[in-house]
Amino acid sequence: MKVKFWGVRGSIAVPGESTLKYGGNTTCIEVRTDDNDLIILDAGTGIFPLSHTLLANMPVEANIFISHTHWDHIQGLPFYIPIFVPGNTLKIHGAFDPISQQDIRRVISQQLEHCYFPVREPELSASLEYITLREFQSVKIGENTTVTNIFMNHPVLNFGYRIDCNGKSLFFTGDHEEWFNIYEPGEPGFEDYQVHMEARNKQMVDFIRNVDVLVMDTSYTIDEYPAKAGWGHGTYDSSIRTGREAGAKKLFFTHHEPTRTDALLEKVYNEALKRNPPQPGDPEFLLAREGLEYEW
Amino acid sequence: MTNNEYKKIVKAVDKMPAFPNSVHQILALTSDINCPPKKLLNVVHHDPVLTLEILKIVNSHYFGLSESVVSINQAAVFIGYNTIKNLALGVAAMGILPKGKHAGLNMTKFLHHALATASICRLFHRWSGGSEAEATSYFVAGLLHDVGKVVLAEHLPDVYEKAMTLSKSRNIALHLAEQMMLGMDHCDVGAMLAEKWSLPTDIVAAIGQHHEEQLTGVNSVRECVIAANTVAKKMALGDSGNPIIAPLPAEVESYFGRDIDALITALTPHKNELDDVRSFLQA
Repeated sequence: MKVKFWGVRGSIAVPGESTLKYGGNTTCIEVRTDDNDLIILDAGTGIFPLSHTLLANMPVEANIFISHTHWDHIQGLPFYIPIFVPGNTLKIHGAFDPISQQDIRRVISQQLEHCYFPVREPELSASLEYITLREFQSVKIGENTTVTNIFMNHPVLNFGYRIDCNGKSLFFTGDHEEWFNIYEPGEPGFEDYQVHMEARNKQMVDFIRNVDVLVMDTSYTIDEYPAKAGWGHGTYDSSIRTGREAGAKKLFFTHHEPTRTDALLEKVYNEALKRNPPQPGDPEFLLAREGLEYEW
Repeated sequence: MTNNEYKKIVKAVDKMPAFPNSVHQILALTSDINCPPKKLLNVVHHDPVLTLEILKIVNSHYFGLSESVVSINQAAVFIGYNTIKNLALGVAAMGILPKGKHAGLNMTKFLHHALATASICRLFHRWSGGSEAEATSYFVAGLLHDVGKVVLAEHLPDVYEKAMTLSKSRNIALHLAEQMMLGMDHCDVGAMLAEKWSLPTDIVAAIGQHHEEQLTGVNSVRECVIAANTVAKKMALGDSGNPIIAPLPAEVESYFGRDIDALITALTPHKNELDDVRSFLQA
């Protein structure tokens, strides 16, 4: 199995001198299974350069899993070049939106309305399939791979996806903030909320348990976090906690805060590791970087 | 109007349920981006109907949650506070108006018209530079502008059905047919109810005067309601039961500095937002 990062930035693409090393594209992760099936996690701007690498080997069948439909996770989709070439197949998976009561097809195809994009959805040449997922629904890819999901904690429904193939595994959070109690200790509701929170966190940790590769939204430092609580993103410290609890082998921090320069990114990463000294059984903690590949 | 019918109408208004306090609070809290989550959840907590409606949606098949969610706190943990907030807003807004059959009125289309008018009314308020603090009043005024029809259809179904038939067969405005049959129209009845609910006087006046052809003085809520009502009809968003779309009164045109076509054009980018109000009708 192989993972390659094509976009590691949160919120908005930030090309330029200060992000040359880690990259400025928004979230997109390529996963190749042992059978070379193609799974793409999120369709941020990173999907554009990824799609160029696919042109030499068409027809191509891609299984795209959208964690959630905020812009930075879908904005590259219309620029996934194989979509315009007959014979290619694109299977797009994602959650139902309970607020507008729309399935993933309507949410995504709105992106292709004429005021946003020159090519309408019916005019795309590739074969498109939409699969609206329920929580814990398992999707089989090829012979040996399954993708399952769990709702994470974000202002819009957000799936975390787990990929399993021949005993190897990867989990990607999409955007996720560690649950926090909205009540103060002593207030009515505090204990009730705490019970639900802990149960939900345990359910998530069990779902991720012993994963080989864990990719987590790690947008903020603990100093930045208080001003951004409730925005739906994690910190280095909350990601380290989850990685340890779940017994992950490698933990990639991603969804880097858009104003973070390469130098600052390494600085806050080193500070976080210093604050959380190594423990036996720790995952290997790594910064996700555009172009970085890992095979296992 | 016979004395008997007037008494019936007054009695009907009296019988209408109180304006739910929780609905008012939720509409106000959801317009404040900095509202602490616990404040809103607390309001939901104390309204069993609201709680039940939200849990019904959360436990519906499209979430496919692995276990039944039985409390609002649990729901907030499972699917996130923000999603709950948006669900609460929709459920609360819908909760004001009754569902079910009402003589001659297609309630689903009627509610769609009410919600569309509410959303457009609030948009017009924002465009005229109105404050966010007041936005809720405009939404409520739009939502309730035709509430008098519900009272009449529910409590005087026979006469009301005749009024609707008369309006359709003679192609006259529904409020005129109501006046012919009852000596009163849904604007009067709506205003009586709004007064009973102790809504602000400008909302009461907006409901009471939304079919007047000549307006006196300036009431921003009324001007927004009249424009929103007309636009919603022109855009065929739902159905108020009235076959006639009256021209915009000159006073409303001059308030906005635009005619009806210009108002509709300005709304085009918000088309999806307006379509989305329909989702709450299915919940």
